[in-house]
Amino acid sequence: LRGLNDLLFYRYRDLAPQLVPLDYTDKPDVTLPYELIGSMPELKDNPFRQRIAEVFSEDGDGNMTLDDFLDMFSVLSEMAPRDLKAYYAFKIYDFNNDDYICKSDLEKTVNKLTRNELTPEEVRLVCEKVIYEADLDNDGKLSLEDFQHMIIRAPDFLSTFHIRI
Amino acid sequence: MSQLPPITLHISEDTGSDNQELSPDNEGAMHTSFRELIQEQSILAEASTELELQERGRGHPAHLAPPDTSAFAWLEPGQGEQHPGDSTTLRILASMPSRTIGRSRGAIISQYYNRTARLRRRRSRPSLQQLSRTARPSLRQYDLESDPARATLQDKRSLLAKELLSLSPSQRSHMLLSLPLCLAEKRALWRELDEQRSPLGLRPHPTAAPSPCGWCKDYITLGCRHLWYRLLALLPAAQPWHYALKQISGRFGSSVLSYFLFLKTLLMFNVFSLLILLVFVVALQAAYPPAKANQQPFAGFELLTGAGYFTHSLLYYGYYSNITLNDPSASSLSGSVAHSAPPRLPYNMPLAYLFTVGVSFFATCILLVYSMYRSFGESYRVGSSAGDLAIKVFCAWDFKVVQRRSVKLQCENICTQLKELLAERRSRSCPLSLCQRLGRVAVLLLAWVLSLGTVLGCVVAVHYLLEHMHVVQQEHRALAGSTWQREGILLVLPLTVSLLNTLMSHLYNLLAICERQDSPAVEVYVAICRNLLLKMLVLGLLCYHWLSRRVVCSDEECWETCVGQDLYRFMVMDFVFTLLDTIFGELVFRLISEKRLKRKQRPEFDIARNVLELIYGQTLTWLGVLFAPLLPAVQVLKLLLLFYIKKTSLMQNCQAPSKPWQASRMSTVFITLLCFPSFLGAAVFISYIIWSVKPSETCGPFQGLETIYKSVNVWAKLMEKSSPNITWLTWIQQYLVENTFFLFFVSGVLLAMTYCHIQVVKGQRRIICLLKEQIANEGEDKIFLIEKLHCIYQQKEERA
Repeated sequence: LRGLNDLLFYRYRDLAPQLVPLDYTDKPDVTLPYELIGSMPELKDNPFRQRIAEVFSEDGDGNMTLDDFLDMFSVLSEMAPRDLKAYYAFKIYDFNNDDYICKSDLEKTVNKLTRNELTPEEVRLVCEKVIYEADLDNDGKLSLEDFQHMIIRAPDFLSTFHIRI
Repeated sequence: MSQLPPITLHISEDTGSDNQELSPDNEGAMHTSFRELIQEQSILAEASTELELQERGRGHPAHLAPPDTSAFAWLEPGQGEQHPGDSTTLRILASMPSRTIGRSRGAIISQYYNRTARLRRRRSRPSLQQLSRTARPSLRQYDLESDPARATLQDKRSLLAKELLSLSPSQRSHMLLSLPLCLAEKRALWRELDEQRSPLGLRPHPTAAPSPCGWCKDYITLGCRHLWYRLLALLPAAQPWHYALKQISGRFGSSVLSYFLFLKTLLMFNVFSLLILLVFVVALQAAYPPAKANQQPFAGFELLTGAGYFTHSLLYYGYYSNITLNDPSASSLSGSVAHSAPPRLPYNMPLAYLFTVGVSFFATCILLVYSMYRSFGESYRVGSSAGDLAIKVFCAWDFKVVQRRSVKLQCENICTQLKELLAERRSRSCPLSLCQRLGRVAVLLLAWVLSLGTVLGCVVAVHYLLEHMHVVQQEHRALAGSTWQREGILLVLPLTVSLLNTLMSHLYNLLAICERQDSPAVEVYVAICRNLLLKMLVLGLLCYHWLSRRVVCSDEECWETCVGQDLYRFMVMDFVFTLLDTIFGELVFRLISEKRLKRKQRPEFDIARNVLELIYGQTLTWLGVLFAPLLPAVQVLKLLLLFYIKKTSLMQNCQAPSKPWQASRMSTVFITLLCFPSFLGAAVFISYIIWSVKPSETCGPFQGLETIYKSVNVWAKLMEKSSPNITWLTWIQQYLVENTFFLFFVSGVLLAMTYCHIQVVKGQRRIICLLKEQIANEGEDKIFLIEKLHCIYQQKEERA
């Protein structure tokens, strides 16, 4: 995976050439702020870009080191296994970081997906039906296992949860 | 999805701060306190709670019976009230394994330790009989003896590394790949693995396969995988279309991308067969041209008709010789062998021709079946039932789309789809009246009658056109008209067939709009079905005419070259019409809609129709490989040009598709269509020709033989005569290839394997049902235990 890693390193460096040194052998502690990451053409218009940056950053606020950057694009690449992608997708959609996708998380997801075009009544209906369909142990929220079970039934997941770099 | 009401628990502020201290590595502490608590309280409260238990047990089914009711108040403890006992319960519940697994590294490592330990312990698949409904084994089979939850992070890491080392290398790399830890953690784990591995050396593991074969196999697999990764790293640099595909997916999403990926797949197939044919047949014949010189000069029209200069060229069957090329016995007449000359290798042209075509077909078959198998594996799911809304919400967002306008369009599409799904759910609850249903059935029937009628009409029209063209050709030959007219007459048939194909596909699109099916997927399938029916029937009719040669190529000496030319013309006309369709369907449509009608609506890229056109072109290539060995080269050129033309037109003229498109399922459908009607039909056609049709007497590599296959018999007899030791070849030929019993046996074995697979899938469905029941039962258990805890704490408070 040397080629892909080099490509990603140059993309990372391109975001802030004055901050990122060319030589990483002494492991410099360089973190790029979220604003730079969010300005990448692949993420610029993605409604979930903030959550993606938060999930993959070490401190959870969107500022990424090179390792976090490599992690992010390797999980979002073609070669990552389905379970790994499902795990990170779950974390992305879990807005309040409580390891459950509850109703409020779902509402935020649906609103981001549709740019607030649905009426609140429709959003509520959608969230109820999603929980009804996917919640297996009936606690009113989706746990990681529920999410993974649902993802297994969706063959398109691997091709949609993929960013080309 | 049982009908239990959800339970909501409110974690108060003080417990939140407690959680921060307790959760990261202290899950073990929580487990033991939970156990202790239950033990202590159960001894104290056993007598008093037994009665309560019975009451609740009787009460449970009564509350379970009514479905679809809203949340029950009695199952929501502490809503609004804050029982002091609740805080401990809630703290304990908040540190349950199911809630801490995703949070901390320690928890992830413990989970994977258990997973690998379970993998190692499990020798074979558990038998189906063990899964009975009464037993409720816990889904979380934690190994309590060597509980890693008590250890520190470093200890857990070394435990996990030890477990990973005990797995086979392929399992180990797979497990490491799927570990949801950050890169720094994975690096630490790799370091740990290396440290643990080096003092041990290459000691054979007791749990790995005892035979050396299994050991070798694992290393070979790993080696192959490393090679594959290195190749993949080179691939972005070597791929000429990487940026183009990124552009396309960025603007139009995965659905349109699937068309271009399919085009790339077809290109690979054709390049592969072209290489085989070039190396073994064409290049050698080019090095030893036959004695007959080419009579006609090159005029430009050959590119369209394939006749004229091309007739006696490498392009067609007639050029290839039926002798053994470079035969040493034929060269010197004096009888003396020249020792100084380089050794001459004889090359049996007919055999090479037959075997190369056979091998390229066989290799294509294997590649196709393999891609179909992989595609099915990704897209077909056992036991997948309703769940569209959840899948739509979580999997519909295509992360590849990056352009602002396309992102906005995607948002609108998803919004529309969600609204449609909601409306569908609503309408499902109020079905249509009898009148409306009859009306829909009548419309559907009419549409199908119309489409089948047009298909039959087209087939009959092509049949009469063939006969008419034959008459015209004979008249023309009698009158000895000009070359232009003669070439023009040749082009009429392919032109008509391509025109019919294009017009009918647009008609079927219109019919689909009129029908207004409920689900867009069904719409696409119906359109594909009709188009495919038309194309296959027309091709079938043409194949019949080529084989019987009553009207087509009836007065040619070299009928194979004639059929090859026909196929060449069909391919070229197909390309010309695709070009015209792109120009008129997309460019002119957009210009009219923008300039004249002043609408912003651009045409959509019709994926199904375009893919079917690709499949049709590929079928023509496969049909014609035997008669024109360079036809794959024509197809390669055509596909390359098509890629750039379609991409340019897409970028300039089209908009992203508005209907939902399940990319991976449709890709599977396309590759299945490529395999079944297309490749199978071509293979049957070629096999029939090889086995039963008499080749022409005066041209080609199989002149004078009874059938093409007889050349193998001739060769076998020759081999027998020259070296009588090789009897196994004739034995193979006699008893395996020509014996029908062997073929029946092989088909029987294949059918048995298919039956076994179907039974396995049925069994898997049953297991899924049973497991779903188990999960629901576990949920019930959890609610029951939580209730018990609350009661215990309440009683403790009351007693205190």
